[in-house]
Amino acid sequence: MESESRVPISSAADIVMARQKGRTLAIELGFSGSDLTLIATAISEVARNIVDHAKEGEVVLALANHGSKRGIAIIAQDEGPGIRDVTQAMQYGFSTRKGLGVGLPGAKWLMDEFYIYSKVGKGTTVTMKKWLR
Amino acid sequence: MHVPVLKQGDYLIASVQSVLSDADLLQLRDDLADRVGQFRSRGVIIDVTVLDVIDSFATRTLRAVAHMLKLRGAETVIVGIQPDVAFAMVQLGLTLEGVGTALDLEEGLAYLGPPAKRNVQHGK
Repeated sequence: MESESRVPISSAADIVMARQKGRTLAIELGFSGSDLTLIATAISEVARNIVDHAKEGEVVLALANHGSKRGIAIIAQDEGPGIRDVTQAMQYGFSTRKGLGVGLPGAKWLMDEFYIYSKVGKGTTVTMKKWLR
Repeated sequence: MHVPVLKQGDYLIASVQSVLSDADLLQLRDDLADRVGQFRSRGVIIDVTVLDVIDSFATRTLRAVAHMLKLRGAETVIVGIQPDVAFAMVQLGLTLEGVGTALDLEEGLAYLGPPAKRNVQHGK
């Protein structure tokens, strides 16, 4: 079983690729039903964040383990401009661009775990996980 | 993938056939804005039954399409949003405020009403 895949993100078309690969891996890991849609949608939001703000980056899809828990880990990373105020960026409805400002906070709601690390001038890494129930 | 738009009487039916990229969505928006003028359509049905993801961008674009078409004199109905997709949209806090929705194509046509009846109401 392929337990990790990396999807380079450099255009809006790659967003579709990332969520399709994410869905495929999630099925392999045992996710089903609405979880698959939640995972694919969350991937779409974080991948779009890369395209909108950093132009390019990658989405890494992998198996996640924690004790007896198993699930999927999604890491979206870029070397873009970074986020000056992460707390503000995570506020629902806040957008520096034309967006609805729901992408990052929305992705957090869709997943079980969500961490964001960003450094101005260095880039942003979003790590999120969903566990099998 | 390009979304075919069919003319059915006073209405246009855009039937999404596969996953849509951002560019496809924007193309659909522009196509519909043109066609509504070309065919003098009163209503537009966008069938999204096959979409497995409707994220914030897709929601915003669908909303923009509906509002644009309204300004062009046509009512828009989005039909076929799957249960899981609806669930994810609610989780994301996304709404299609001000946009008509219906269960499927049949209900979408019913929502728009029979063209003849609409014209009679219009004349009152």
